[in-house]
Amino acid sequence: MNILVCVKQVPDTTQIKIDPVKHTLIREGVPAILNPFDGYALEAAARIKDKNPDTKIVVVTMGPPQAVAVLKECVAIAADKGYLVTGRTFGGSDTLATSYILSHAVKKIEETEGKFDAIFCGKQAIDGDTAQVGPEIAEWLDLPQVTYGLEAEEVEGGLRVKKEAEDGTLVIDIKTPCLCTFTKPAWDPRYPTIKRKLAANRAKFEQLGDDFDPSMDPAHYGLNGSPTHVKKSFTPPQKEGGLKIKKEGEETGADLAAKLAKVLADNNII
Amino acid sequence: MEAKTKDLWVFIETNEDGSPKKVGLELLNPGRMMADKQGGKLVGVVIGDNVAATVEQAGIYGADQVIVVEGPEYKQYTTDAYVNALTYLVEKYGPTTVMIGATNNGRDLGPRFSSRIKTGLTADCTSLDIDDEDGLVAWTRPAFGGNLMATIKCPDHRPQCGTVRPGVFKKPAEGENKAEVIKEDFHVAPEDIRTKLVEVIKEAAGEIVDLEGADVIVSGGRGMGGPEGFDTTLKPLADLLGGVVGASRAAVDSGWIAHSHQVGQTGKTVGPKLYIACGISGAIQHVAGMSGSDCIVAINKDEDASIFSIADYGVVGDLYEVVPALTEEIKKLKA
Repeated sequence: MNILVCVKQVPDTTQIKIDPVKHTLIREGVPAILNPFDGYALEAAARIKDKNPDTKIVVVTMGPPQAVAVLKECVAIAADKGYLVTGRTFGGSDTLATSYILSHAVKKIEETEGKFDAIFCGKQAIDGDTAQVGPEIAEWLDLPQVTYGLEAEEVEGGLRVKKEAEDGTLVIDIKTPCLCTFTKPAWDPRYPTIKRKLAANRAKFEQLGDDFDPSMDPAHYGLNGSPTHVKKSFTPPQKEGGLKIKKEGEETGADLAAKLAKVLADNNII
Repeated sequence: MEAKTKDLWVFIETNEDGSPKKVGLELLNPGRMMADKQGGKLVGVVIGDNVAATVEQAGIYGADQVIVVEGPEYKQYTTDAYVNALTYLVEKYGPTTVMIGATNNGRDLGPRFSSRIKTGLTADCTSLDIDDEDGLVAWTRPAFGGNLMATIKCPDHRPQCGTVRPGVFKKPAEGENKAEVIKEDFHVAPEDIRTKLVEVIKEAAGEIVDLEGADVIVSGGRGMGGPEGFDTTLKPLADLLGGVVGASRAAVDSGWIAHSHQVGQTGKTVGPKLYIACGISGAIQHVAGMSGSDCIVAINKDEDASIFSIADYGVVGDLYEVVPALTEEIKKLKA
């Protein structure tokens, strides 16, 4: 099986702090990491390869030149090859424009790597949290899709994907070629081995620049090719802590619970 | 595409039995205000099988018109059938705005549908308005794990589309059903549906964890100290309040409870009426998933835990003393 995994370098949003005076994000010093959901997508591909060593895993990322770091990380973990899509004219793209560029990149990479049976993406990136780019790539390429995947296995003619639903898990068969997005499974993704890390450090990554596909229509990408525009951004109002109930004197946990139950009842919360 | 009307559409997702998912009805609330400002009708769009109950409720909760597509192929959600049907309707009627509940299915349908008609979509909105100056929908949504809010517009493409988080809006008041119902005969051939549902695995012991639809969530974190307390300590309180049990990432990663219970950035985003956080420190990733709750109660031994800074009511104490006692107290109050 020939699998392409789409990955993104994101700021570690758990380490972002808010400037208390200017109410803006402090991005300096925030580490750039592989989007965790993309790591789950890579792990899903790696598990297919565990069962069938003939599987090839190619990764692609779109971003600034330093995003090559996540390609290296993916090769250290499980990928065989990586491609970087980078161009100034791609900047400012919203999700629809990004998926337009990536769908063309898929076709370009297929010229070298052969047709992909499956494209795997993270469910969403932790910076934008949109969960849109995966399904939008599928639409541009007219591929069937499954989102919120937990794991995938090869079956005759396609993949069998376990999908997270609100009330349990769905098992879905999907015909290949297809696109699947992945969320967090019950297991942790594998870590790179030393040997793979060394190999990844030596790996070369082909770049697809602004003009990698002259047939692309500039009306479909970049800031001007994006239907949505961010008009305003702001930090959410910080909530103030409310009533705090603490032990006084000889009070027990039960006394605190009684006080809490009373205030909740008095305020019609229960 | 061009809008043919000033109408605002609310896609009302249905369950397998044809009943509505709550978020679809919730969206009729902001939908009313937005449709009035846009000067068009509020339209409920229902796709499913045997959906009479949903059509009726759409009218009761304020839709001026309900457009219905029914068929056995829509009983279970599939991307292909639903995107084909919704695209057909939108191209035929040309609404100016389309809103979809941000359920798992809604977030599967939204981007696939909006990219098919090459328009913009704003995902997972928590606040909606119509800008008085330009008449555009101002879609506001969290990003960067809830650290930043962004207001997004779609100026030149129609319809303007957004998915909206469940639990953010309250259902509108019930009224007299005056909705005009339009039935559209549109079907999708089996060979055009490229996925097949093979099996449904319900939660262990038949337990359904609908965190997003829950009115009350009792969540446990690292302070639980092990798996047992979720069943013995949290679940009785959750059951008593008609709620469900949630968890922080720390508890899930420790293997104490399934990921389907996880609230936060790599779990579910929830907005219950009451959220009781037990032994949860309040890491930003967790807070991002539950700060939209109407009322937050925190129970934690550590007086300096950051969860207290967002809690409406905090109790500094051992959850294993406080929670069982709280359950008993509430039983007494309810008696």
